Amino acid sequence: MHFATLWHSLGQYTVIGITQGAIYALFALGYTLVYGVLRLINFAHSEVFLVGTYAAVLTWNAAGYDQNAAPPGIPAALGLLLLALIAAMLASALTALGIELVAYRPLRRRNAPPLAFLITAIGASVAISEFVGILTHRNPHGMPRIVTQKTVLSIGSTSITNLQLGIMVTALVMMAGLDQFIRRSRMGRGVRAVAQDPNTAALMGVNKDRVISLVFLLGGLMAGVAALMYNLKIGDTRYNSGFDLGVKAFTAAVLGGIGNLRGALLGGLVLGVAESYGSGVFGSQWQDVVAFVLLVLILLVRPTGLLGETLGRARA
Amino acid sequence: MTEIDSTAPDGPEGTGPDTAADSPQRNGTAPAGPGRRAFRGRLPLPPWARKAAVPAAVLIAALLPYAGDVPVIGVVATTGIDWPSALFNMSYFVLLALGLNVVVGFAGLLDLGYVGFFAVGAYTMALLASPDSQLHAHWPWLLCVPAAIAMAMISGVILGWPTLRLRGDYLAIVTLGFAEIIRLTATGSSFLRGERGFTDLPHPPGSYADGSPVFSVTDATPYYWLGLAVILVVIVVVRNLERSRVGRSWLAIREDEEAAEIMGVRTIKYKLWAFAIGAAIGGLGGVMFAGEQGFLNSQTFLLLFSILVLAGVVMGGAGSIPGAILGGALISYIPDRLRGVEVAGTDIFEYRFMFFGIMIILIMIFRPQGLIPNRRRAMELSDRAEEVPVV
Repeated sequence: MHFATLWHSLGQYTVIGITQGAIYALFALGYTLVYGVLRLINFAHSEVFLVGTYAAVLTWNAAGYDQNAAPPGIPAALGLLLLALIAAMLASALTALGIELVAYRPLRRRNAPPLAFLITAIGASVAISEFVGILTHRNPHGMPRIVTQKTVLSIGSTSITNLQLGIMVTALVMMAGLDQFIRRSRMGRGVRAVAQDPNTAALMGVNKDRVISLVFLLGGLMAGVAALMYNLKIGDTRYNSGFDLGVKAFTAAVLGGIGNLRGALLGGLVLGVAESYGSGVFGSQWQDVVAFVLLVLILLVRPTGLLGETLGRARA
Repeated sequence: MTEIDSTAPDGPEGTGPDTAADSPQRNGTAPAGPGRRAFRGRLPLPPWARKAAVPAAVLIAALLPYAGDVPVIGVVATTGIDWPSALFNMSYFVLLALGLNVVVGFAGLLDLGYVGFFAVGAYTMALLASPDSQLHAHWPWLLCVPAAIAMAMISGVILGWPTLRLRGDYLAIVTLGFAEIIRLTATGSSFLRGERGFTDLPHPPGSYADGSPVFSVTDATPYYWLGLAVILVVIVVVRNLERSRVGRSWLAIREDEEAAEIMGVRTIKYKLWAFAIGAAIGGLGGVMFAGEQGFLNSQTFLLLFSILVLAGVVMGGAGSIPGAILGGALISYIPDRLRGVEVAGTDIFEYRFMFFGIMIILIMIFRPQGLIPNRRRAMELSDRAEEVPVV
C-alpha cells in the first residue's frame, strides 16, 4: 500500500488514467451502440479494434517508417497520423460490417436465440484473432516513432505530454460528434427508434437492417480511432491485444450503463482513473483487479451502471 | 407437453397461419414453415432400444481408449496426441460443460467466468497437497476432492449472493470479472505462486499387483475411466435435479423471472442453487485436471477457457444434457484432432483455433438451437419466435 505515492502525484496518475480511459471510452462505444440496438454483446468488437491497430501500423510501414526509422518532422508526422487514422477507421469499419454480415445477419434471418449470437461472435473473434496470430507468427509488431513526446502543459507537479493531450482532445471531439449525430441527425433518430422498439420502428418505415449496419459502422469507426491512439501510446500491437483491451472496454461500457453513449465515456474515464490510482497504491500488477472489483461494487449499488441504459430515450 | 409432442408430431402443417399461431406446440412446426421442422432431440427408436441405449453408450465410451487398436478406426485415429490423453481432455471438458449447462442452460444465467470455479477447485487441491504450498498440509487426493468441491461451492455462493440480483448481461460481465480477479490474484500473489505454479500434485490412490500406481502421468487411460465415472454420477445428479422442484423453478426463472417471482418461486434462492451446483461441478473438474497434469500455474486459467466451455454448451444445445456432452467433447476434440495433421507440408495444428472459430460460426448458423436441442427449450424458442417476430 502506497497511499503516499498516490497522494504525492495524484495529478499525474489522473492524467495517465484519463488518457487510458479515453481509449477505453472510444472502444466501448462499439459495444454500447450494438447493445443498445440489438441487445447483444458484440464479442467480436475486440477484433474490430485489432484490425485497426494493424491497419495503422502497416500504413506507416508502407510509407517507409518502420520501428527503427527516425521520427519525421512535424508536417510529415501530421500527414502520417491522418493517413493512419483514415486507414484504421476504414479497416475497422469494414471489419465490423463484415462481422455483422457473416456472423449476425444469417442468425437474425433464422430467428436464433440470443445465446447463439454470443457464440457466433465468439467464433468470429477467435477466428480473426488467430488468423492475425498466424500471419504475424504471434510476434508483437513494433510501432515507428511518429510522435516525439514532450511536455506541453504543466500545472504544479503535473505535466501533460502532447500525446496525452491529443488523445484526450480527439476522444472528446469524436464522442461529442457521435453524440450529436445520434441526437440530431435523421439517421441517428432511426438508431434511437430501433433501440427503443424495433418492431414499431420497422412499422414506421425505419429500415432496420440499415440501422444495424450503421451502428456496426459507427462502432467500427470509433474503434479505429481508439486503435490509432493505442498504437501511439503503447508502442506495439499483437494478435491478442484486441481481446485484452476489449474485456476492459466492455467493462467500461457496462460500468457507465451499456447502451448509453455518455455512459461509455463516463465508464471509460472512471475505469481508466481507477486503474491508474490502483496501480499507484497497490502496484501495477494489481491494477486490473482494482478495475474489476470496482465494477462489481458499482453494479451492486447501481445494477444498470452509472447512467443506466438509455440509448432509446430522448437523451441518447 | 411431452405427450402432445409425441402423439401429434406431424400435426396439420398446411392448415394456414391461424392454426399455427394458435397452437405452435401442437403442430410442432417451426415458424420457418414446413420442411424446416426443428429436431426435438428424440430419436424414433422402439422402447427396447431406448432402454438399451444408455448401457450401450456407457460401454462404448468405456472401450474408447482401445479404439485406436481397431484397424478401421486406427487409420483415422488422432495422431499428434496420444489417444487416452485426448479422451481424458474430452472427459473434463464434458464435465465442465455439464456444470455450466446447469447455470446457463437450466437457470438461464449467463456465466462468462466459469473457469474461475475450475481454478478455485484446482488451487484448493494445490494448496492442500503440493509440497510447494505454504500450508504444508500434504493431503491425499481423496481428501482434496471434497475440500475442493466445497471451496468451489462456497465461492459460487459468495459470488452469487450479491450479484444474482443483476440481470442478463450485467451478470455476464461480473462473472467474467470474477474469473479475471482469480487469475490475476493467482498471478500476482506469492501465496498462489503465480506462473511458477505448484508441482507434484497427488494422484488418486491405487496400485497394480506389481506395485506400480494405477494413476500416473504416463498413462491417461485410468484417468479417463475415472472421468467417465464422475461424469455418470454428475449426469444422474443433474438429471434428477432438472426434474425436481428445483429444476422446475429454474425453468420458470429462465422463462420469465418476474412471473416466476410473482408465482412464489424464490428466485434468488434457486439461482444461488444453480450457481453453487455449477461451481461444485467446475471445482470437481479442476481437481481432476490438476491431478492428471500434476502441475498448475496461473496461465492455466485463461478467460478463453470459460468461453470455450460456454461455446460447447450452446453449440451442443443449451439446457440439454446430451447436448452438453457432445458440445464439451467437440470443443476438446476438434483442436486435439488437428494436432500433428499435415496438409501440403504445413502443420494444421497452428490453425486449429481459427478452424474452430469458423466451425462454431457455421454450427450456430445452421443449427441456432444447438446440435441436440433441449426439447422443451426448443418449443419455448419457437413459441417465442411467434410472439416476437424479429429482434
